[in-house]
Amino acid sequence: MTIEKTEELLLNMGPQHPSMHGLFRMVVNLEGETVTKIDPKMGYLHRGIEKLAESRTYSQFIPYTDRLDYLASPHNNWAYVQTVEKLMGLEIPERAEYLRVIFGELARIASHQVCIASTALDMAGWSAWSYAFRDRERICDMYEMTAGSRLTVNNMRIGGMSNEPPAEFWPALKSFLDDTPEMLEEYNGIFFGNEIAQGRLKSVGILSKELAENLSITGPCLRASGVNYDVRKAEPYSIYDRFDFNVPVRYGCDSYDRTIIRMDEIVESVKIIKQAVRDIPEGPIMAKVPKVIKPPVGEVYHRVENPKGELGFYIVSDGTTKPARLRIRAGTFINLQMLPIVSLGWKIQDVVAIFATLDAVLGEVDK
Amino acid sequence: MDALNTINNVFLIIAAAIRSLFADPHSVWANLTMDVINFIIVVIIVVLAALILILLERKVAGWTSQRPGPNRLGPRGWFQTIADALKLMGKEDITPAGADKFIFKIAPMIIFSLPMMTLAVIPYGNGMAPINLDLGIFYFLAISAISTVAFVMAGWGSNNKYSLLGGMRAVAQMISYEIPLLFSLLGVVMITQSFNLGVIVEAQKTVPFILIQPLAFVIYIIAGLAEVNRAPFDLVEADQEVVAGPFTEYTGLRWGLFFLGEYGNMTAVSALAATVFLGGWQGPAPIPGWVWFWMKVGIIIFFMMWARWTFPRIRIDHLMHLAWKVLLPLSILNIFLTGLGIYIYRLVMGG
Repeated sequence: MTIEKTEELLLNMGPQHPSMHGLFRMVVNLEGETVTKIDPKMGYLHRGIEKLAESRTYSQFIPYTDRLDYLASPHNNWAYVQTVEKLMGLEIPERAEYLRVIFGELARIASHQVCIASTALDMAGWSAWSYAFRDRERICDMYEMTAGSRLTVNNMRIGGMSNEPPAEFWPALKSFLDDTPEMLEEYNGIFFGNEIAQGRLKSVGILSKELAENLSITGPCLRASGVNYDVRKAEPYSIYDRFDFNVPVRYGCDSYDRTIIRMDEIVESVKIIKQAVRDIPEGPIMAKVPKVIKPPVGEVYHRVENPKGELGFYIVSDGTTKPARLRIRAGTFINLQMLPIVSLGWKIQDVVAIFATLDAVLGEVDK
Repeated sequence: MDALNTINNVFLIIAAAIRSLFADPHSVWANLTMDVINFIIVVIIVVLAALILILLERKVAGWTSQRPGPNRLGPRGWFQTIADALKLMGKEDITPAGADKFIFKIAPMIIFSLPMMTLAVIPYGNGMAPINLDLGIFYFLAISAISTVAFVMAGWGSNNKYSLLGGMRAVAQMISYEIPLLFSLLGVVMITQSFNLGVIVEAQKTVPFILIQPLAFVIYIIAGLAEVNRAPFDLVEADQEVVAGPFTEYTGLRWGLFFLGEYGNMTAVSALAATVFLGGWQGPAPIPGWVWFWMKVGIIIFFMMWARWTFPRIRIDHLMHLAWKVLLPLSILNIFLTGLGIYIYRLVMGG
């Protein structure tokens, strides 16, 4: 006699799966198409960056930070070098600060473009994907002019910047900034204004304000849940207190707001870069730093607003040339906690979209 | 005018020439020879359509997403598909260990054979239907409904969870969209009083049915997109969710057969739309009928590709919602309006 019973389908998605943004893996329980349980598995891209730091000098570790959130590498450099500068009590030149702001905000735009693109792609919006990537190329070109590399920029040093941007950088930057309203209009037209896209994103994957706060979600995901919190405003680092910009907040708490808030942030970033280009002073770009960097004994924590969330570095120094202990607070790693909670009860297609709106970069998640 | 007539009927003239080789041009043997030749022509149409459409799709994809598309092999990249086909032939034919071997192997063949069967009843020109069936539309829909079974066979036979999910989606989607697809064609059938595609084309001598039945045309195109699993209704092979759906485990030429079948089905659905709604081989300008026909098919295919590369994928519950709550009532409304129109027309004309 055959036994008739129904059971949930256990589906393993990843680490090799078209929409898993690198090497993420989730084991999904499915009832038909509806998700009843998600078990995220991380660590497929774990390189032990925190441990590696203990055997590298302070300067040698900067390129490793590029490999954390590789879509916004200047931010990782920035967070790290500022942490070390804070530990050493270094003052860095004005011009270097402005250049850091320009590169940081360019990275924010590039990262948000990738987020919009990959959200579209995870919903099969191929053209929207290539539109956003086409525009991101221009930022990569600007990186290349300055630092030689297009992804892992690595142009920040402890005490300043590695080099001055070349002459052709400034006109390229200006034309890019002038074209951004047109770009955003295009993304709106091909993706956000689309009926199907709105139907798939709106009121899907609700992350309530309470839940977002309890899970210590940061970045655009938090601000899309109606919390006005941005490290640039809450605890201004570098020279952010000099710029006039708003922190975009949306109250929809859904996938749609988590994606479209990035459009608002691009507008604000453009505003900041324009002010920085206007105000940037002449002068040196490197402070006087000792040849061998030996911070005093002590510990320090510093955080910045990465495009994807709050990025913090905690360094314990024992007075030698290498950190005794280094710990990274990765924004997306913590943001990823919400995935198993907010995805419950939605279709498998929605889970893919929700995961895309988190804008997780596995380099940062797995470290 | 004479030269145009010759070009217009060039295929009929060739057919008559072949028939005249027989002692009795309408003997069983002559008919059989013509059937075999017709069959070979349909196969050539399917394969050629796939070869051209795959390249065209990549060119359209390049155009919508602002990149060149294939442009290396041959003049402007036109040999790319041939190279791809050769590559596919060289691939190892893998059957998964846990697969239901017979079902797994036969599914791509079924999918590939369906467009050949459906394209056989389409009138490509005046009197140029390979098989002139009185139940043309009926036959077309009945045959294209079989592809659902083939998708389920591929999904179940692969013994893969992604394939199974894709196969289940195929059943849900294709059976739902079959009904509005069929109902949208009924309005035309009511007007012409015939299932014969040749008669339907003849009836559009003055006005194509797209002007009389615009609602039905829109319903047909949407349901047709869903029927051939094209985006935004490509849930069956949604690579972001179910990797490649029923095709996940297929390799080499078997996978290629699915591809050929997809493009063949696309051609078939577009050909039916061109025949039923756009006036088939009839057109206002003095161009050969078969050129008119393929131009109309081309426009619909281009629209399908354009939609695929622009729209995001629809969600499964929205898909069902659209089929049962929007398209089905609209298609029934269309039938009702058509009936009312015919009734009033007869009342006025006293027929």
